[in-house]
Amino acid sequence: MSTAELEAAPAAAGAGPPPAALSWLRLLRSELRLVFRRRRNLALLAVVAVIPVIIGIALRLAAPPRNGGNGGGPPFLDQVAGNGVFLTILSLTILLTLVLPLVVAVVSGDTIAGEAGYGTLRYLLTVPAGRTRLLGVKYVSVVAFGLCASAVIAAVSLICGVLLFPVGPVTLLSGTTISLADGLLRVLFVTLYVAGAMAALGAIGVAISTFTEHAIGAIAALAIIVVASEVGDNVPQFGAVHPYLPTHWWTMFDSILRAPVDTTTLLHGLLSFGVYILIFGSIAWARFTSGDITS
Amino acid sequence: MDLFQPPDVHRGHLGSFPEVEKGSVSAATAHAAGLADPAAPLAGPAIISTGLSKRFRGGQLAVDAVDLDVPRGAVYGFLGPNGSGKTTTIRMLLGLVHPTSGSHELLGTPMPAGASRVLPRVGSLVEGPAFYPFLSGQQNLARIDAADRTADPRTARQRIDGALDRVGLLAAAKKRYRAYSLGMKQRLAIAAGLLRPRELIILDEPTNGLDPQGTREVRALVREIATEGTTVFVSSHLLAEVEQICSHVGVMRTGRLVFQGTLDELRRTGAARIQVETPDPATASAVLEKIGLADTQVAGDEVSAQLGDFLPERLCAELVHAGVPVRGLATVRPSLEDLFVRLTGEGFDVDG
Repeated sequence: MSTAELEAAPAAAGAGPPPAALSWLRLLRSELRLVFRRRRNLALLAVVAVIPVIIGIALRLAAPPRNGGNGGGPPFLDQVAGNGVFLTILSLTILLTLVLPLVVAVVSGDTIAGEAGYGTLRYLLTVPAGRTRLLGVKYVSVVAFGLCASAVIAAVSLICGVLLFPVGPVTLLSGTTISLADGLLRVLFVTLYVAGAMAALGAIGVAISTFTEHAIGAIAALAIIVVASEVGDNVPQFGAVHPYLPTHWWTMFDSILRAPVDTTTLLHGLLSFGVYILIFGSIAWARFTSGDITS
Repeated sequence: MDLFQPPDVHRGHLGSFPEVEKGSVSAATAHAAGLADPAAPLAGPAIISTGLSKRFRGGQLAVDAVDLDVPRGAVYGFLGPNGSGKTTTIRMLLGLVHPTSGSHELLGTPMPAGASRVLPRVGSLVEGPAFYPFLSGQQNLARIDAADRTADPRTARQRIDGALDRVGLLAAAKKRYRAYSLGMKQRLAIAAGLLRPRELIILDEPTNGLDPQGTREVRALVREIATEGTTVFVSSHLLAEVEQICSHVGVMRTGRLVFQGTLDELRRTGAARIQVETPDPATASAVLEKIGLADTQVAGDEVSAQLGDFLPERLCAELVHAGVPVRGLATVRPSLEDLFVRLTGEGFDVDG
């Protein structure tokens, strides 16, 4: 007769709830599916994949190989003609100025605000998904998407570079020449560094996302922060704050392309990413776990 | 009274209630009546709240000291006009909104501290269905199920299809949510609440925006859920809906719970009036006033007053004794609709 009795029986007979780690992974898998199957996000990945191809073809058509000259364009431009591997570095540098941050802004700004906008947030939380758990899974998926986008850029650039330009032992910025395999390893580290930068940006995006139910607002806010930071970083009068700007250390991955590796700069960059993740992760957590869900 | 009786049977028990007229309608008296019930349910209440209040940042007091008491096994209708604080109350019950003051328990577990333990036993539909438009119904339920820490992934597929089948959506399982009709969306939301056996289901306006056919389907589903022993807490701004499926009601008005109790208790809060039809209304009204009946009114050849606990047959004798020619005598109780309008004020949408 009692509902409590009816419910207690199957619960006692069953194996009990699945282990916490497994249930965490299950939600993460669901989240990754949501992010990576979404057409909009796939379109974003397609965009970052196409741009390196365009850059490669444009360079191949426009610039006959020039030796050692400095044309004054973006860094690494001249190296590409000599070694296709540098197309990865060039593409990452170019895409880092706006396109890649925008892609990460779209995905991270959408995390909480998007769910709130659809109204699915209230259903997830009454399941209950757990606010901290949901936020954690959301952030991990943003990091995964940033890593994926960076890897797509690097991989597509590498393929194009190999197809369009000569490839061989890599001459580093410091003048030392290392083997191709060693060069590719360094490209991998550069890609991971860029993914780290995007993870820091993603933390800011998730934090903003907890404050609104309009994903587009969070995305726009993050894009403005990126542009403002980049502008600020280029004004010498703001020199004192440059190291603290979120975008300041993004392109410092050229320290990886030196022998020996400029670890001081590199660690500063990674420290900056870590601090941004910590601060904005905390803000997101504090806001999301205490706020009212009225969407 | 037996709170585990299905609502229809319950309504048949009119005669068994003690003839006590409630002077004032308040949550407190209804609550006291519930405690005094000799056949109190074995388990504690499904939902209980004390002084639950919410003041939003704008300063607006959306919910004002609400003391809910929902017995297990009840189908509890949470009634009130739009904007009376029903949804905010439900959001507080489910831990989505933090109360400014007050506390509450679901199935005997304090909220929001025990949310992770108790909410898996509670199904809910809050303020309309909400799903990812680009996913199918099945994928949407899989997403909800994946979020549930306590759900067994091995049985997910089977439970999802079972829930879809129950609400009649199995045929549309692979269709995108975007392409669902409003009724299908609503049913999908109910299916999400049925992904696993629940002890309590909270449905916020489950028939909102549905056509009569959809409304009937949802109503039948709610009845079916209730007959399985699940406590159902259903909010509505439609009296007709609540009247048809609920055993208990709580009535909200501008953030306050102005009545709580069984439907029959609500019916009996309506003060009965005596209506006398006579060619001599002046004398008749004098007699009624002499006896001490309150609120005597004369309209043409009809005199009416509040009956109180005065017996109509005695009143008839008094009138005849005083020489009043009585053409007609009737005891009139206000309809539920009148009671709701009185409780919730003007503008209450009783017809839907």
